[in-house]
Amino acid sequence: MPQDDGGDARTTAEAVARQSYGKLVALLAARMRDVAEAEDALSDAFAAALAEWPKGGVPVSPEGWLITVARRKMIDAARRRQSRRSGADHVRLIADEFEAAAAQRTDIPDHRLALMFACAHPAIEPRIRAPLILQTVLGFDPATIASAFLVSPATMGQRLVRAKTKIRKAGIPFRVPERGELAERLATVLEAIYAAFAEGWSDPAGTEVRRRNLAEEAIWLGRLVVSLLPEEPEALGLLALMLYAEARRGARRSPHGDYVPLAEQDPGLWSTALIEEAEALLRRAGERGLLGRYQLEAALQSAHVVRRVTGRPDWPVVERIYDALLDITGSPVVAINRAIAVAEARGPAAGLAALDALMDKARLADYQPYWAARAGLLARTGARDAADQAYMRAIGLESDPAVRRFLEQRRMELQT
Amino acid sequence: MKYMLLIYRDEATVQTASKSEGERTMAAYVAYTEALKNAGVLAGGERLQESTTATTVRVTNGKTNVLDGPYVETKEQLGGYYMIDVSDLDAALAWAGRCPGASHGVVEVRPVWAM
Repeated sequence: MPQDDGGDARTTAEAVARQSYGKLVALLAARMRDVAEAEDALSDAFAAALAEWPKGGVPVSPEGWLITVARRKMIDAARRRQSRRSGADHVRLIADEFEAAAAQRTDIPDHRLALMFACAHPAIEPRIRAPLILQTVLGFDPATIASAFLVSPATMGQRLVRAKTKIRKAGIPFRVPERGELAERLATVLEAIYAAFAEGWSDPAGTEVRRRNLAEEAIWLGRLVVSLLPEEPEALGLLALMLYAEARRGARRSPHGDYVPLAEQDPGLWSTALIEEAEALLRRAGERGLLGRYQLEAALQSAHVVRRVTGRPDWPVVERIYDALLDITGSPVVAINRAIAVAEARGPAAGLAALDALMDKARLADYQPYWAARAGLLARTGARDAADQAYMRAIGLESDPAVRRFLEQRRMELQT
Repeated sequence: MKYMLLIYRDEATVQTASKSEGERTMAAYVAYTEALKNAGVLAGGERLQESTTATTVRVTNGKTNVLDGPYVETKEQLGGYYMIDVSDLDAALAWAGRCPGASHGVVEVRPVWAM
């Protein structure tokens, strides 16, 4: 075998880690449902690869090599435990090793989707599902995940450990659910992916590399789900939704870092390629004839970006989509956006009436988008004083300085 | 894997139930127990007397304290359990959902510590 220099070996190891981490964890953890042990064994295997590949050359199947080494580590660990536990683990691991040897000749079986279903299982605490997927499928370290989700690394570390322990001890299966329950269970997986995307998206300037990466990684996960479940309309819808949003990333801030609302963004700054990909996905989802939340939200984006061509969003369509979305979600956020669409389609007075009709005023009292929407509509009906007060409340509730500057600017414009 | 299905329910509603309601509930439990047997997953189970019959024992500093009543006084009390042996949590949750106790109260699913 030719001598390989250390650089090549390192590059290959890193590429395998990037491409196959989740696949290897899923394969190693599936039988024993022990994610933590699979991760430990895999990290030992990567360390061994960095020590041996520069000397002996990169193996023909780097993934197969890593699996074999990691499995040996797991068998050693099982042997050490044997005085305490039965030999059943050991036997199963040896069976796995034969399976892996067979697998090396062909492809490594891809259990990543099953791993994602385990991580987003209803028995796992909802807020840890997205972080767990990021760690096990993409190999994110807990510190990075913690900073992305604005939680202390120690807390995030504990939650991840607790969730993995639950998977192992409670016997949560690594399995793609049957047809009958697939839609419901897939919803929690998609929700976790969307949560990861939303965390990345909430840093619009993309100045925090970690959080921008999170949006990209979520899209990668979305693509993975679509490639493994190409017939699921909501999976297609979520990917389309994320791509529409990502397409507008560059237009969300002015060159000076000021907030630019969707209605005022320059369509020339939107990514045509991403929008076209999103449109195609949404059409594919539509052919299945099963409407859902993500498809509707993607359809909304579609009705907005039609401005590229027509110069104006299709407001009546936007309003109708919000009606359908409100039926599904009952969310106040949706209701507020619906009121804005009503205003665009039928005038600001109709929009205000829709806002006034909202229930749960106590919850809306501390909700910035409600006051910002109200202020904008009041200004357009000429109710300056009321608009001024509404802007004041919105500014007081906003945490993003760029959005605060934007609202202050609007408030100033009332005086002129 | 073995799982214990712990059935908690409001004892007051059990006591105030009419005779025919009580019979219906009993019949449902009998059918459920049969289904567990037929599936070959039943590994045990008992119904418990009411929590008013419970006595709690605790030894502190060598002194044994015996108290009348259950460990925790809550509206919903442990009323019985099933022990089942199934492949994984999903199977256990499916059986828990079929248990009549899940519609009258709640069923807590706990994996058994494997020795």
